[in-house]
Amino acid sequence: MSIAGKYIIAGVGNTKYGKLPGRSSESLTVEAIRNAIQDAGIDKSQVDAVLTKAPTSNFELLYSTRISEHLGIVPKVTATIDNAGASTASALVYGAMCIEEGLCSVAVVSYGDNPLTGSRDVYAKPAGDTDAYGMFGAVSGYAMITQRYLHKFNKTSVNLAPIPIGDRKWASMNPNALFQKPITLDDHQSSRFVAEPLHLLDCCPVTDGAAAAVIMSAERAKDLPKAPVYLNGFGQGHTAWELVTREHYTTSGALQSGKVAFQMAGITPRNVDFLELYGPFSVVPIITLEDYGFCKKGEGCDFVADNKTHPGGALPMNTSGGLLSETGMPGMQLIVEAVRQLRGECGQRQVPKHDVTVVSNQGGHMTTHSTLVLGTHPR
Amino acid sequence: MDYKKPLPIVTETNRPFWDSLKAHAMRLPQCDACGKFHAPPRDFCPHCLSDKLTWKPVQGTGEVYSFIVMHQLYDKTFADDVPYNVTMVKLDEGPRLVSNVRGPNDAIRIGDRVKLVYDDVSAEITLHRFVRL
Repeated sequence: MSIAGKYIIAGVGNTKYGKLPGRSSESLTVEAIRNAIQDAGIDKSQVDAVLTKAPTSNFELLYSTRISEHLGIVPKVTATIDNAGASTASALVYGAMCIEEGLCSVAVVSYGDNPLTGSRDVYAKPAGDTDAYGMFGAVSGYAMITQRYLHKFNKTSVNLAPIPIGDRKWASMNPNALFQKPITLDDHQSSRFVAEPLHLLDCCPVTDGAAAAVIMSAERAKDLPKAPVYLNGFGQGHTAWELVTREHYTTSGALQSGKVAFQMAGITPRNVDFLELYGPFSVVPIITLEDYGFCKKGEGCDFVADNKTHPGGALPMNTSGGLLSETGMPGMQLIVEAVRQLRGECGQRQVPKHDVTVVSNQGGHMTTHSTLVLGTHPR
Repeated sequence: MDYKKPLPIVTETNRPFWDSLKAHAMRLPQCDACGKFHAPPRDFCPHCLSDKLTWKPVQGTGEVYSFIVMHQLYDKTFADDVPYNVTMVKLDEGPRLVSNVRGPNDAIRIGDRVKLVYDDVSAEITLHRFVRL
């Protein structure tokens, strides 16, 4: 029997995003977890599982164990998950599974890192022999995917623009977003190329920061002050292979992940009120929308062309500004935003319908993928 | 010979590949069991997991599967090269290689036919580049 609909996110928390000098990843992570615990309305003594994604810029052994020490708790379960940007959505599910099996009762899941003020070397680190040919940085792989996508479906860079423009519109209503000044199509097209066909405004910023969530059973959360957010469906799918060996560039692990998650939650795209899709580069949400079944393969650019994902549109997407404008952190912040929107806490940027949302997490070069279907009611 | 750019890491598994480039006669592992080529080289065929592999010459022809033009400078040894292309070439035998296509970046198109050329960048290492046909 599935655990879908039995577990809830009880609290979420985050730090400021951007340049945060003097803050270690541990310090940022502890702040986000503390805020999430306070948001849940529980005492830290109730937390008995700590699941983290290791900081991308500084992989360390026993990271979850060290965070437990910083939190001053003795956990029953720890794990440091590495699905790259898909880690935290996956970790939330692993937390629920551990609770279901009686290993623990309240789990915190977090991500924190300081690549902007610390070391950014990891983002430029050679991925193998490809560095001999000048293929550097996360952007190079996503640019390679984008070029193939645009060619295959006869689109251009202009067709990607609704993604960065929409993210920025939403970010203009988020005081914690890194970039809040609205941008135009002209701004997008005239921004410098980082790796053609990707312009600067197609690329997420590297930022410091942390975000966290508390997960427990719906049963246990009955007396908590805030409304529960139900984990109604989840999935994973991984193309796994490097681009040199990957069969297709225009379909990702979202296809498998979304199919499982949507079916588990008993929903179709028609039931989704808003989306929080992981988009470190403009093409990613386009491919994810197609793989999730919001439109047919190759029609993602046309699907977003009428700005339906922008503020006031029929399908709000990336309502905090997404990876392109809020923070380029790997994914946990999207779960935080989803919970706040479902609760109706988002003020000026609050979406009108907020009962069902889908969050995507992905990492590598569209190598990993994890999906969460969250809702205000159990499935 | 004072080549400053990053060089491939030669391992026991891929040494025959880099040796074949040095000899200007590229070879790739072909599986004796399933007949498929693969790259990058592995000890076990990624198609059928057989360890019976034979290094076979390839024709050195293929097509552009995708490409990018790097403007951002990540490694200062490429300072004189930006903007330069990085091209994913699909060899006619099946495997793909990350490489560079010589000539103007703006002439490259997906599907272009390309041919292998050898670039002896150091006494030990020869890199594969491609030219458009």
